[in-house]
Amino acid sequence: MMPLLSKDLDCEHAVALVAEYLDGALTRRRRRRFEAHLRACPNCRAYLEQIRITIASTGRIVPEALDAEVRDELVELFRRYHRK
Amino acid sequence: MPRDEDLLARLREGDDEAFAAFVDKYHTRLVRLACSMVSSRAVAEEVVQDTWLAVVRGIERFEGRSSLRTWLFRICVNRARSTAGRESRSSPLDPHGAGADGLAFATDGSWASPLQPWADVVDDRLEAAVLADVAKQAIDRLPEAQRQVVTLRDLEGLTSAEVCDVLSITETNQRVLLHRGRNRIRSVLGCRLEGG
Repeated sequence: MMPLLSKDLDCEHAVALVAEYLDGALTRRRRRRFEAHLRACPNCRAYLEQIRITIASTGRIVPEALDAEVRDELVELFRRYHRK
Repeated sequence: MPRDEDLLARLREGDDEAFAAFVDKYHTRLVRLACSMVSSRAVAEEVVQDTWLAVVRGIERFEGRSSLRTWLFRICVNRARSTAGRESRSSPLDPHGAGADGLAFATDGSWASPLQPWADVVDDRLEAAVLADVAKQAIDRLPEAQRQVVTLRDLEGLTSAEVCDVLSITETNQRVLLHRGRNRIRSVLGCRLEGG
């Protein structure tokens, strides 16, 4: 499919724009070129989906539970400081 | 979870319940962030302890020019950096850190080999939890600068502008680090999903 796209983005350049695309930070012109490339390129569509899954998986990482003792000590520190 | 804006006013008045809620919301997340910057868990906990001390002392003077969480993360990053500096283990935020990002292109700029779609594999909720676990391990192995950016962007959900503010890096630098970090995690997830 490359000849069809040769005057437009190639995959390597499209991939480099993905973070900005997902942030909504591309100019309208660049976004159009990016989306035109996506429509024509199943590999880049798969890549974008993979990056979305990557971000979603990262976002699902749960922070560990807070130690009650640590919490109490910190609140006590706050209390002491604001009593003055 | 209470909203930061609601907490801020109460924190300024010395409301200790608001402070407890603030600690509940952020403490372990700060430890996670600090762990990405210093050599050990114990040091990270010290960094976070120092961060809270600075918050307790500084909250009345906090002007709200940035968001509360941006302010909080910035204090933590600065403490972690000065600690890492003392330990002389700090590495500069170099976007060109070594390592493969799992991307391979042919000379014409197209993919060197076709990509396998993942979507149908990850609908399963159990699999989603496993993937989060795999992603966590992948993040732990990222070069430091990439790990910091990915942690703030994709775990904490900060915007790119907030991350630039917290880490004092440029927009371009932030983008390169995020791109590389995400691609490494993607590559590790790919091993799991396409492995068989």
